[in-house]
Amino acid sequence: MEDARSHITGYKTYAYIWACLLLLTGLTVTVAKINFTGFSVLICLVIASIKALLVLMFFMHVRYEGAFLKGVILLTIFTLTAMIGLTFSDVWYR
Amino acid sequence: MAEKEMTGSKDGEKHTGYTGAKFGMWFFLMTELIFFGGLFLLYSVYRSTYAADFHIAALDENIVIGSVNTVILITSSFTMALSISAVRKGDNRLSAWLQAGTIAMGCVFLVNKYFEWGDKIGRGIYPNSTLMMQKKKGEMLFYSLYYVMTGIHALHVIIGIGVIGAMLLLTRSGAINSGSFVKLENTGLYWHFVDMVWIYLFPLFYLVT
Repeated sequence: MEDARSHITGYKTYAYIWACLLLLTGLTVTVAKINFTGFSVLICLVIASIKALLVLMFFMHVRYEGAFLKGVILLTIFTLTAMIGLTFSDVWYR
Repeated sequence: MAEKEMTGSKDGEKHTGYTGAKFGMWFFLMTELIFFGGLFLLYSVYRSTYAADFHIAALDENIVIGSVNTVILITSSFTMALSISAVRKGDNRLSAWLQAGTIAMGCVFLVNKYFEWGDKIGRGIYPNSTLMMQKKKGEMLFYSLYYVMTGIHALHVIIGIGVIGAMLLLTRSGAINSGSFVKLENTGLYWHFVDMVWIYLFPLFYLVT
């Protein structure tokens, strides 16, 4: 935890992340205009997840946090994925 | 960490632990994640059931307003993150300006949302309207989910603006400073979370048609 508390992210790092997020937004809009039919949803969700990961890791500082907090976050994401996955196993194979 | 954070945890005293405050915020955000997750689950199930209707309904969404709002929210997250670094470097003045900028962008986001909703409602697209009742079931579900999900998200933006406003006052008064900044950090976490929810709402409602 000492790391998370003492680490100050530089303005430049944030600027890079911001630029990446804007580029990915542009990319996802472009991709959506080209019709990849079935893959469009998947590509847009992958791009959204990369953006969310950047926000989580850098803006929300998770990269510098301890193992416990990282574990809690992973567990929550796992729970959510399980909820969605199990529901779809019902919706698709009913 | 132990020494400093243990002080103040005696009965009747104020709890001021940095780690505790931060974990508390994270646990709250995890419940928020599950809360929004339920709505996303509902969206994805209905989308897979009524794929064609969702396609037609999503074509009505204004990609330009959606994209502009995405850029605004991402930029506001950027200024929020900067404001925390500024405070930690001892620059309260800069931090206050960055927080003010974040609030301003949050307000612009809401104004855009107002026009977007206003346009839809003006054209008779709102829950239980005559036009809506004539639409196919999937289209009705799309618009209902659109109003509920963007509405709850907008509510989070409004709350965020209020909390950042309070932080702005604390930063100006010096109550938030390079030695004590966990309130501002937690506010930042909340704001980034709201940004993250929008990162998913944007492609799901505006882009994927």
